[in-house]
Amino acid sequence: MRGVRNGAKLYVVDPRQTSTARWADGWLGLDVGSDIALANAVGREILAAGLENREFVTRATDGFEEYRLAVEPYTLEYAEKTTGVPASLIRELAVAYASAPKAELCWTLGITEHHNAVDNVRALINLALLCGHVGRYGSGLNPLRGQNNVQGGGDMGAIPNKFPGGQDAEDPASLAKFEAAWNVTLPRKSGWHLSDMFAAMERSELDTLYVIGENPAQSEADQQHANELLRGLKHLIVQDIFLTKTGELAEVVFPASAGWCESEGTVTSSERRVQRCRKALEPPGEARDDIVIMCELARRLGYEWPNYTPEQVWNECRSLSPWHAGMSYARLDELDGIPWPCYDEQHPGERFLHARLWENPVGGPRAPFAAVAHDPPVEALDDEYPLRLTTGRRLDAFNTGVQSGGYRSPMRRGERLDISPQDARSHGLREGDRARVSSRRGSVVVPIHIDNGLRPGLVFTTFHYNDEVATNLLTIDATDPQSGTAEFKACAVRVEPL
Amino acid sequence: MNAADVALTVDGIPVTVAAGASILDAIAQAEIETPTLCFLQTLTPVNACRVCVVELEGARVLVPACARRAEAGMKIRTDSERVRHSRKMVLEFLASTVDISTAPAMQRYCAQYGAQPQRYGAESAKVAQPVKIDNALYVRDYAKCILCYKCVEACGTDAQNTFAIAVAGRGFDAHISTEYDVPLPDSACVYCGNCIGVCPTGALMFSSEYELRARNEWDEAEQSQTDTICSYCGVGCTLTLHVAENEIVKVTSPIENEVTSGHLCIKGRFGFSYVQNRPEEES
Repeated sequence: MRGVRNGAKLYVVDPRQTSTARWADGWLGLDVGSDIALANAVGREILAAGLENREFVTRATDGFEEYRLAVEPYTLEYAEKTTGVPASLIRELAVAYASAPKAELCWTLGITEHHNAVDNVRALINLALLCGHVGRYGSGLNPLRGQNNVQGGGDMGAIPNKFPGGQDAEDPASLAKFEAAWNVTLPRKSGWHLSDMFAAMERSELDTLYVIGENPAQSEADQQHANELLRGLKHLIVQDIFLTKTGELAEVVFPASAGWCESEGTVTSSERRVQRCRKALEPPGEARDDIVIMCELARRLGYEWPNYTPEQVWNECRSLSPWHAGMSYARLDELDGIPWPCYDEQHPGERFLHARLWENPVGGPRAPFAAVAHDPPVEALDDEYPLRLTTGRRLDAFNTGVQSGGYRSPMRRGERLDISPQDARSHGLREGDRARVSSRRGSVVVPIHIDNGLRPGLVFTTFHYNDEVATNLLTIDATDPQSGTAEFKACAVRVEPL
Repeated sequence: MNAADVALTVDGIPVTVAAGASILDAIAQAEIETPTLCFLQTLTPVNACRVCVVELEGARVLVPACARRAEAGMKIRTDSERVRHSRKMVLEFLASTVDISTAPAMQRYCAQYGAQPQRYGAESAKVAQPVKIDNALYVRDYAKCILCYKCVEACGTDAQNTFAIAVAGRGFDAHISTEYDVPLPDSACVYCGNCIGVCPTGALMFSSEYELRARNEWDEAEQSQTDTICSYCGVGCTLTLHVAENEIVKVTSPIENEVTSGHLCIKGRFGFSYVQNRPEEES
């Protein structure tokens, strides 16, 4: 908001007119799942107006010609028809983005919780490459993280194809380095991500699951199916600070301590800033630190592990991950966190990435364009299920409500289905009425809230109140083959008054 | 010294500040302490309290150090009889009308300047009024409000951009108000608590602190303060957890932290109870 007050232009692309949209120079209220059509039309319009950064494209990128051809069919007329956004607004955004001296694209799960999540992101990367809005301070691509350590989880290797510090899990040099450090033989192939694991359960190739700090029994799309698979496991171990619904299905539960206030460690924010969490409270009852639980488990499995301190674990990570090498606890304290990469104890950490693209000649490989095509949500709307349901969060709540359900928020109104005034009228629904919402997978009963920020045809709800309204009974588990993300943002439903 | 830097003197001490700096910055450069109530480095100065006034040679009236820009050649006096008298009067007027029992900085300034608010007598006008308790997260005790405007600024353009509160009324009736004086749950308030974070007098207070004080169980000397990172989204706000007897009793955020300059949202400031709703305490 400070930027907006200083004169920065803000365009909001969102199916819903959010509170951010109310501050924007333009709100592009597009149809759910038409992001690529919009991005490609913006790209075509930038090219048609001659506003691309030709010098940058020529020197630092690959695949421009294929991209140019791929966006050629995305005329303003086509885009208006496909996205629902007026052509004039698409042109305005294209001109504003391309002519800005510095511009950032920020996104969150509205781009990534789709069956073509990676293509959605590539469509945005294309725009940044086209205009040279990457690799400079104030210009770039920013996936805004929804959790305090989703960035850090990936950076620490809690991702099936990477070791800590973004090192490739199939790269022979990386494998040799980690095998030497850990004195073990590591698998040659990347592991499974979450959706792969559920697919493997389906094929009976995965019968044991150790879940730490996640509640898939409620957070997975197509919840009923997910629960059947979890119940079919031979062994389910859950390590959590609460007995979650997933915990209730488990054979063994390890009570853990809260990572941010009952134990020590680090988290990494959206800006790649590694920050220290510190212990302020003693954990209750038999709850123990995650590291202690894992060390204890390792001892039962026959390894002579002492109870490592969090700082010892961190220093091991620093010795193996060049990104984190310079981040001693003392420096993290002194600098209020450090953004990676931070290669040594003199390095301040990088404020932005990809500066190499501005070297002449370009440092390292060129950045590739990716020709991607519009591909609508898996579940099309029809007479039986004529409304588009999209899901998300509300300000005072968080995910399945395990953390946020306990405090006395005056803003909490319980679960509601937000619906446009037009659709409410045509369904004979008034504020607070209860309605049955059904998809091809399940159905829930939920009170109605009329939202003037919704366009006709679109309904919205959250998944914060699973015990009252299990929204993920409705959502579809169509997943992106590249990222494994489910299409939480788009399913087809019908709404019936009770 | 850059060409644009500004040289001036404070109590005879030569100082140099960057162009655009305030007289308050110049005074700080000279390592002289100035009382401030309505000023905060993260907010736009509004000149509401007048407790930071200084004498500027050649100027007819005293000038507010927080808002007035330093200019080349200025001669500033921070401790003249006129300055001390003015500050004392400001403190007396405020302290005789409002309850400063939870405002340690004001109490300190009153002692420092010899302010005697009681000399106006027991019958002097007061802003005394009942405490507003209309939600579970924080209370508003406007009997303690000195109308410094900090909460209005934090709710508005300087931080939150929610505009749930403003100053309503004129003269002695001026007060901080929601739209049409509605209770907070009916207002635009989003419970970020950034108003509590900037309030200098304890007029805005966590319910937990209010309740403990009412039971005479609030003892800051017995509390620990630990900095950690919020458990919710990916912004990475630093939380200072104030803990008494293994319970979080308040959450603040350090103003000098560059991530959010002390500002938080409802989840960071209030959403911690999931780590302390413990079964043995419920029984």
